[in-house]
Amino acid sequence: MNKILFFAHLKDAVGEESIRIDVSGKTVAEVKEFLAKEYELQKLDTAMTAVNEEFAGDEEVIEQGDEIAFIPPVSGG
Amino acid sequence: MNYYEISKEPIDIQAIIDKVVQRDAGAITTFIGTVRELTKGKKTLFLIYEAYESMAVKKLAQIGQEIEEKWPNSKVAITHRVGKLDITDVAVVIAVSTPHRADAYEANRYAIERIKEIVPIWKKEHWEDGEEWIGDQLEKVSYPTGKPEGADLHE
Repeated sequence: MNKILFFAHLKDAVGEESIRIDVSGKTVAEVKEFLAKEYELQKLDTAMTAVNEEFAGDEEVIEQGDEIAFIPPVSGG
Repeated sequence: MNYYEISKEPIDIQAIIDKVVQRDAGAITTFIGTVRELTKGKKTLFLIYEAYESMAVKKLAQIGQEIEEKWPNSKVAITHRVGKLDITDVAVVIAVSTPHRADAYEANRYAIERIKEIVPIWKKEHWEDGEEWIGDQLEKVSYPTGKPEGADLHE
């Protein structure tokens, strides 16, 4: 099982802070594609991805228990 | 001591400065980021800041580590606030101490620029006529591979 976290406009679009779903074995790109379709997310391709709190590339393969977060362009400071 | 924090409460500026006091220091610079009322003529009523807290703390610590590598004998403390902030409220405090003043200014500037690149914190602007999550203030393209690339990570 994996926990997927959404922030900022993605959280508003999905309507949830997080979901639990098994995406192990998929690449980050595949997970993005799946979620974009499932939740009709327009801007997921402009978001960075973090796996277990570290930035991850599109080719990274998700493992069992990984926590995935989509990071829209940040605006702290 | 926690040198890197996300705070739901107003930031005690002096407490952040106190964290970087050291006998080797000849200078401490403090950056205080505050909530501005007007952006391009548009009036902000208030802001909501949200963070991916656990990762944000790690990324603040990474920035501190980058600074301590680039500017020897420097010491860094950063606290960013989240939640609802009104105009003039303090959103972020960065304190850097170094042996000489030029480095303290430079390193502090580096910290705020890096925060705007890699720390997962977002602000939602609330205006009289609406609200919107703000992103990409650096007007850079998004990261096509999903993460900041080499130079950006280590520069």
